Amino acid sequence: MDRTVPSAVSSPAGHSGRGEARERTLELRTPDFKTTPLSRGRAGKTRSRNVSRANLYWKAGSLAPAVAILVALSIWPVFNLLHLSVSSVEWSGGEPVVEFVGLRNFVELFSDEPVYWAGVKNTIIFAVCAVTSQMVLGFAMALAVRRASKVGRGVLTAIFLMPIVIPPIVIGAMWRLMLGRDFGIVNFLLAIVGLGPVDWLGDARFALFSIILVDIWHWTPFVFLLMLAGLETLDQEVFEAARLDVVSRWQELRYVTIPLMLPTILITLAFRIILSFKVFDEIFLLTAGGPGTATEVINFSIYRVFFGQDRVGMGSAMSLLTLFAVALLIILANAVGRRRKNGRAAA
Amino acid sequence: MRSGLMNTRHLGTAGGHLVVWGYALIILGPMLWIFSNSFKRQIDILMGTTIAPFTLSNYEGIINSRQSQFLWNLFNSAVVAVSSTAAVLLIATLAAFTIIRLEPPRWITYLLLGWALIFHMLPTLTFVGSWYVMFSQLGLLGSYTALILTHIVHNLPMALFLMTGFVMNIPKELVQCARLDGCSYRQIFVHVIVPLSLGGMAAAGALAFIASWSDFAIALNLSNKETMTAPVAIATFAQEHQIRYGEMAAASVLSMVPALVFILFGQRFVVRGLLAGAMK
Repeated sequence: MDRTVPSAVSSPAGHSGRGEARERTLELRTPDFKTTPLSRGRAGKTRSRNVSRANLYWKAGSLAPAVAILVALSIWPVFNLLHLSVSSVEWSGGEPVVEFVGLRNFVELFSDEPVYWAGVKNTIIFAVCAVTSQMVLGFAMALAVRRASKVGRGVLTAIFLMPIVIPPIVIGAMWRLMLGRDFGIVNFLLAIVGLGPVDWLGDARFALFSIILVDIWHWTPFVFLLMLAGLETLDQEVFEAARLDVVSRWQELRYVTIPLMLPTILITLAFRIILSFKVFDEIFLLTAGGPGTATEVINFSIYRVFFGQDRVGMGSAMSLLTLFAVALLIILANAVGRRRKNGRAAA
Repeated sequence: MRSGLMNTRHLGTAGGHLVVWGYALIILGPMLWIFSNSFKRQIDILMGTTIAPFTLSNYEGIINSRQSQFLWNLFNSAVVAVSSTAAVLLIATLAAFTIIRLEPPRWITYLLLGWALIFHMLPTLTFVGSWYVMFSQLGLLGSYTALILTHIVHNLPMALFLMTGFVMNIPKELVQCARLDGCSYRQIFVHVIVPLSLGGMAAAGALAFIASWSDFAIALNLSNKETMTAPVAIATFAQEHQIRYGEMAAASVLSMVPALVFILFGQRFVVRGLLAGAMK
């Protein structure tokens, strides 16, 4: 059906109910349909104008809430940070008193804030190690159960969903109980096989490792479910063809599965790494950045400087720097991902 | 030869199942441990006793004592999560319909979705400080309003992506037909888009609720004693001089309940939302 005729004729029905509107479209097919708009006269025209005006309002109004809330609470805060980062802020009676100090905060951040830079290093180690392990483990497990029968699938999914949906702070509490030095069940189990008690969270040599382990526990199920879904959308005929050629399991993996899954894997890897820069809750409860700076992450530095030490200007400078660095990474990852997609589409 | 190959394949699959079910046990282990510890006395937890006398004192302690009002914290969490989820769903569905079917100017769509993508991935903590200053200037620090608004903006991008995906799956022809029948945009939204995207809204709503219920970074800094949410309360149990492990465990168990309810009764929607969100 073309668009012009109905929009001219059926708009007079604008506010009428659906039943009536359907009647009118049926009417269109009768020979006298050309007289319909004429016989409606002026009243019909104004009503159609009302409808199109209402539609215009609707179009603008439906986007307005989303735009308003994003501008007010995500774009404006960035400008606010920009302003605060070149200021020194004193609190008096719950009201911030802002005083311009130029680039002092940034100079200090680059020269005199070793804790923040330790946090940057730890965050990168944490993100890369944790996410890589999650991807390898999750992908391997997804491969293993790919041709699974449906038996137990619901139960398995339910269990694997648990770490993803429970509050991260609860995961922190859980592992705090598990990893305690003197009473944790992990050390209890280690003692059975004759290994001495390890101070998982209090020893600088193990603390970051423990945090990474907890994160692997937390997010591997997610990668598993994601990869399983990805594997299931692959074209099964390719695998059948490979099996006809009696390709071994390893060859199938190396030359068929991984190349087919590679775009999904790489993009998931990049974005999971970026998302894991968000880590805060578990660390807050498990180690609070300690011992020393062993598990200091960027978010924790920002939290401590901003809220613990009340250095709003410095906290803003840290936030701003982090924000721009991560935004740059996101845009880069996006551009690379898009180019890959386009390249494949062209090929 | 052939059958031998098939056999190793089957063996491999069985081994794979063993590994996956083993991992399932590793997931369940800490859950069961915190569950069992929530029924132990503090002294038994500190002694590392595996099987200890059963007690409800931890639950009584967090619900019925002067130092903590955990039921009130749960209520705060519920208020914030329910209101922010409802608002996020409404805002996201409205915007998604317009973006996908009503062809707003290109640059608006690009800016909106592009910024939403970036904002979604930026560490929340980089914004919390700015929000703190903004809301204290407005005198709203520690109010439900501050928490609900920040949770809305925090979860909006995800809901926006999910809902644009789901609205895109509604055949364009249906919208065109409704136009032919003389429906206004509002009528199309109410009578066509909303009924057909209820499943998608359930998925987006489940994820938004879970995210809001779980939030710690925002509530830690923007709530006060009266509006403190459950995750923040859990953290306070672990922060006093003498860590109250038993009460921390009991509070954790109670705040896991909504998540478990979602898994039991809405697994479909949670999985759908998670996968659709991650595939973007």
